[in-house]
Amino acid sequence: MANTTPAARTSAPKAGQDMSMAGAEILLKTLEDEGVEVIFGYPGGAVLPIYDALFKNNKIRHILVRHEQAAVHAAEGYARSTGKVGVVLVTSGPGATNAVTGLTDALMDSVPVVCLTGQVPTHLIGNDAFQEADTTGITRACTKHNYLVKDGAKLQHVVTEAFHVARSGRPGPVLIDLPKDILMGDFVYVPDGVTAQATARYQPQTTPASDQIKAAVSMMKRAERPVIYGGGGLINSGSKASALLQQLVDITGWPTTLTLMGLGALPASDKHFLGMLGMHGTYEANLAMHDCDLMLNLGARFDDRVTGRISGFSPRSTKIHVDIDPSSVNKNVHVDLPIIGDVTAVLEALIAEMKAQGFKPHKASLDNWWAKIQGWQKKDCLAFDQSDAVIKPQYAIKRLCELTAQKDVYVTTEVGQHQMWAAQYFDFEKPNRWMTSGGLGTMGYGLPAALGVQVANPDSLVIDISGEASFMMNMQELSTLAQYSLPVKVFIINNEWMGMVRQWQELIHGGRYSESYSASLPDFVKLADTFGMTGLVAHSTGDLDDVIIQMLETPGPVIADIRVAKEENCFPMIPSGAAHNEMLLGPADQAEKPISEEGMVLV
Amino acid sequence: MSTDDMIERHIISVLVDNEPGVLARVIGLFSGRGYNIESLTVAEVEWSKGLSRISIVTSGTPMVIEQIKAQLARLVPIHSVCDLTEVGAAIERELALVKIINDGENRIEALRIADTFRARTLDSTLDSFVFEITGNSSKVAAFVDLMQSLGDVEIARTGVSAISRGNRIDLTAK
Repeated sequence: MANTTPAARTSAPKAGQDMSMAGAEILLKTLEDEGVEVIFGYPGGAVLPIYDALFKNNKIRHILVRHEQAAVHAAEGYARSTGKVGVVLVTSGPGATNAVTGLTDALMDSVPVVCLTGQVPTHLIGNDAFQEADTTGITRACTKHNYLVKDGAKLQHVVTEAFHVARSGRPGPVLIDLPKDILMGDFVYVPDGVTAQATARYQPQTTPASDQIKAAVSMMKRAERPVIYGGGGLINSGSKASALLQQLVDITGWPTTLTLMGLGALPASDKHFLGMLGMHGTYEANLAMHDCDLMLNLGARFDDRVTGRISGFSPRSTKIHVDIDPSSVNKNVHVDLPIIGDVTAVLEALIAEMKAQGFKPHKASLDNWWAKIQGWQKKDCLAFDQSDAVIKPQYAIKRLCELTAQKDVYVTTEVGQHQMWAAQYFDFEKPNRWMTSGGLGTMGYGLPAALGVQVANPDSLVIDISGEASFMMNMQELSTLAQYSLPVKVFIINNEWMGMVRQWQELIHGGRYSESYSASLPDFVKLADTFGMTGLVAHSTGDLDDVIIQMLETPGPVIADIRVAKEENCFPMIPSGAAHNEMLLGPADQAEKPISEEGMVLV
Repeated sequence: MSTDDMIERHIISVLVDNEPGVLARVIGLFSGRGYNIESLTVAEVEWSKGLSRISIVTSGTPMVIEQIKAQLARLVPIHSVCDLTEVGAAIERELALVKIINDGENRIEALRIADTFRARTLDSTLDSFVFEITGNSSKVAAFVDLMQSLGDVEIARTGVSAISRGNRIDLTAK
């Protein structure tokens, strides 16, 4: 260990000169070098040296959450709404294990997060010491990469590499486990940084191969029934990717659908947008996917919620798959042309090559294709019946969207029916405005994520579209909202059921509603009151607009309890084990098309 | 069964940073994603650069084999991945230490077979031998089978180590 005398630490170093300081200080210095402004965390014994250094630091702001899972979700919200790396700081043992759900969520949704965990001193590792957990062992499968720092001389290098790994290639969570003796010992900090060495080891391919681009354009030239299928990669790649997608759509005139993770990459108001695809996607998006002859996948991963039954997935199409992660290619669906690269670079190259080859869409066949799609659109698959005073959940979200259309709005959700309705009825015009737990499906994601979004965007409107059951999974974060006066609006679609569980029990398990009713719900208005925030309730359609307007006009955090129809189901729906052309459009369909036995075992 | 569904055996070699947890990462990837490991060997090969080589024998459909390689390649401490089964002719060798306890005719027969297989005798007592045998997996397996029919046997096998033929370097550091 490079221990130096205290005198060496206190003497003012010259610019560019290596400095000796405590591990915790090196950590914060390196975070500053990485441009970190905010940390979401919770203190504990093993990380006290970091908290002590934070106390003296005036560049990094610390947001004290109320549970470590929420710290990670808040960092995810921060990262997804800004494109920056979110940073989490938790203690050893339970601090680290509580973070596991958040880390898994970030891994599944490719969110760049760096999680700093405390660890018992190196000489106690393996001794079952107090608050010891094998953090790197536990998190190996739920991080993109993780580190245990056993040598303080490598701390700066490790932290720099961690940020590089988290944000490069397909982004993801990276964890650094920091034993307390490393945080307290003195080591050398290099002011000019160690970036060049630290980034050399991980260099994923971002520029596409030119022959693949040429091949793609010649396939595109032949397309008669094309569809663009865009995913979360478009969002992760940065706002330029969305601008390029708009260009591509304008040049080609091709119909475009987006995954749950990709919403906002093309404005919902664009006439080429078919809506979301997949299990609860629109009729026109799914049938266009099923019947297309060319599928251009931009940064999506053929998730099972999107494909339905693989053998029935878009059976007659040629498939081009653009992805930054080679392991996404040919994992679920065999594709004809994989293009490995950052979707921004790929779109730039594609558009340039299209111009070079004089690309022109097949006017006549494209018109025919659009006529067919317009026929599907006439089904109006998202129609719902709002005829009496009971608020339909779809209507509540539709009104929320309409009444906030002129505002600078960010939306997070929890998981379940309300999440799908939000995806269907809330229109996103820009990327990075929609934060939802897609891959992992983490109930309790939305409130802490909204917290992180609001910290990153203090002057914007941030709404957590929530369900009453999900909300209760992380509602301790109301206290965080109150502490920092974060004006998040929690819009609870309250149907008193774990709605999606109830829906599956109705459709698949003979209406045996086992343990899916939310009994003993709190009075959400009083709950808001105890945290010093505003609580509102809407009982009927007549109240709804007033409550939404009041929610928007009230400064500070608000909980709006929207009492909705209790047994409404989420349609359209592709049942598990079915193909895109076997959708259930509404309650009438569900009786006619019972779910297959093979479908029942799927999730 | 179409060729897409055929289970193929592949030898995959991986050059990794010799750092704590790297083997756990590789093994965890196989168990977590449900891939097979028939054998796995690991040892440091470039001391100055701190690099180890892992040789994995696995089996799966062509789609799964491609997935395994892609999943391995994206691990941060992995420098390069080579599918030796795909790149062409490769030499594979395995070493086994076989202890056999027997006497009489069986003891003489064991020694005769060991000689036929060019196994070396590393240790002997009046009623036991320890043989060392190297070869490809099927040769080692054949020898072990024969020994098992001749007495009480204990076996230690290294698993397959492999390298391609010719003048090409397959695995290079980043």
